[in-house]
Amino acid sequence: MEVKLGQQSVYIYTGSKAFRPDLPSVLMIHGAQNDHSVWIMQSRWLAHHGYNVIAVDLPAHGLSEGPLCETVQAMAAWCSDLLDSLDISAAAWLGHSMGSLIALEAAASRPDQSWANVLLGSAFPMRVSDALLDAAQHDEQKAFAMITRWSHSGITHLPGTPGPGFSIYNQARRLMERQKPGVLFNDFMACNAYNRGLECAQAIKQPTLILSGALDLMTPPKAAKSLAETIIGADMRIIEKAGHQMMAEQPDAVRVAIARFLAGARSRRVLPNA
Amino acid sequence: MADDDYYRFDTLAVHAGASPDATHGSRATPIHLTTAFVFKDSDAAAGLFNMEQSGHVYSRLSNPTVAVFEERMAALDAGVGAIATASGQAALHLAIATLAGSGSHIVASTALYGGSHNLLHYTLARFGIQTTFVAPNDLEAWNAAIRPNTKLLFGETLGNPGLDVLDIPQVSAIAHRHGIPLLVDSTFTTPWLIRPIEWGADLVYHSATKFLCGHGTVLGGVVVDGGRFDWMASERFPELTQPYEGFHGMVFAEESTVAPFLLRARREALRDFGACLSPMNAFQILQGIETLSLRMQRHVSNTLEVAHFLESHAQVRKVSYPGLASHPDHELAKRLMPKGCGAVFSVELAGNRDQGRAFVEALQVFSHLANVGDARSLVIHPASTTHFRMDEQALKAAGIGEATLRLSIGLEDPDDLIDDLKRAFRVAFPKR
Repeated sequence: MEVKLGQQSVYIYTGSKAFRPDLPSVLMIHGAQNDHSVWIMQSRWLAHHGYNVIAVDLPAHGLSEGPLCETVQAMAAWCSDLLDSLDISAAAWLGHSMGSLIALEAAASRPDQSWANVLLGSAFPMRVSDALLDAAQHDEQKAFAMITRWSHSGITHLPGTPGPGFSIYNQARRLMERQKPGVLFNDFMACNAYNRGLECAQAIKQPTLILSGALDLMTPPKAAKSLAETIIGADMRIIEKAGHQMMAEQPDAVRVAIARFLAGARSRRVLPNA
Repeated sequence: MADDDYYRFDTLAVHAGASPDATHGSRATPIHLTTAFVFKDSDAAAGLFNMEQSGHVYSRLSNPTVAVFEERMAALDAGVGAIATASGQAALHLAIATLAGSGSHIVASTALYGGSHNLLHYTLARFGIQTTFVAPNDLEAWNAAIRPNTKLLFGETLGNPGLDVLDIPQVSAIAHRHGIPLLVDSTFTTPWLIRPIEWGADLVYHSATKFLCGHGTVLGGVVVDGGRFDWMASERFPELTQPYEGFHGMVFAEESTVAPFLLRARREALRDFGACLSPMNAFQILQGIETLSLRMQRHVSNTLEVAHFLESHAQVRKVSYPGLASHPDHELAKRLMPKGCGAVFSVELAGNRDQGRAFVEALQVFSHLANVGDARSLVIHPASTTHFRMDEQALKAAGIGEATLRLSIGLEDPDDLIDDLKRAFRVAFPKR
């Protein structure tokens, strides 16, 4: 659905269900150069199993209008404003890659807005290699090729996402090609510059799940270890046979991990929107 | 795929979409001959039906063996996915039926396979879908034919039977200026000779019966979605951008940014029309694809030898093969298809209808039948077979004469093929 944040048009995917702020809300934040559709399998399940899904397109990504937010802190503040505008007092924040840094930042800076965090494909620091950063600035197609290659564990993913007969690899590439020029460099610069990871991790009080793809070359599991060790009570799980794009490569394993974690988090807290 | 850091064509042709069988370790793709698939539990069943989980339910909708073929074709054709069908004609119908309905309009090339021409000109018209035919090389005509209700532009990479080369970059640019996708039949070329999506096409389909299978054994088809067309930006496709009550109000373009066409095609046209591919046929086609590049190289080199022989023969008026410098689209072909122009071409004998028939019937290595893309060399007389429904004017527009033959060059020794043709010339054109 389309909503307004000030004068800005924002697209939110609600999992093919009506927007229901009376249900526990789940804010799903995509990574660099992506949009809401990376969550297709998990968001539909959550929406059809008792959650109010807010899978957002970040500013100037997907169907949302710009301008771009240039820092992770600005992206987190924008997401907080969005929840406020939707009258959602708190949500579980699910973030993938750059989205995980946004969730991390928001969990510390606006703890009142978060009742749980799921960080997928996360790392701190989330450094982008010089070669990739250079390609993102000067040759986006080359950068897309590098990212696609490094984000997948292989070329065969059965039975496919969102179903049999789809190429996960080429879908990821095309989705990046859809975004506006300059978005990738902006996003990578934001990830590269973000330095509040451990500071925020120390401040987090909400239940937190960290999911890492066993074969992730972009944010390998060891790169998320410092976050897992710093966030009190954090549960870190490895998704086998998955790379950075774990939501597409192992949709069922990711969905099950998220669903079990959220159910546990709900049972331990009185939810503002429950 | 053209990127240095991705698997290359021959590797994808053997591996894409397949992995060793998880239960028994079978290295070759198993043939899953089963109508339906057991649900793990009721929740899992609901998840499969509601697209919350991925998997197989019923073989009309998807099948593990067929899915390997689909993923392999998506990889080879640079698409975001594919849907296999019972035949090439079923693939064309699936693409059209997903996007068009009563009141819709299509702009298509005049140089089409006779069956495709029939579907567009006669059959779909009966269901309220009108088609305007334009010469494939007349770019102004493509543009002028577009109407507010136009849903597709459609042509063949190599037009049947005149072998006109579709200028995909130019025609796709016209289509995109109007917010319309370009659908291309790439049966004659296969992804090894050209990948139309990389030149601007949005949807590609193949009769897999031909070179993909390669051995003249089974029927099959496949539609590949390039994933680049912006359905949301076009106002012509409420089928993809508005709720579809046939699948619980799903808005396909919101579910998948890059592949809404495939979502609807599988959840409506494949489900409801039911022209699915048999897993047995998918297996046979997969065997063919594993050797696609090897075979196509031989097809192309044999064809060039035979075409050069025919072009220099006194009893030949014209050879229409874009691989020859004499073809008006030769330069375009060199640009779009640098590896060659396939193995199908037409030759116009310097004779009449009876001599054309005598020629065909004198051939011994070539088989007289209605097919192309076999390991064996094939020949047919279009005016009396594939295009017999066309009147003289329509035949002329499609570049077909009374003594025009269509040849599909196989994998035999090219000298034997040329000897066979020499024998037929002696019979059809006896020295007085």
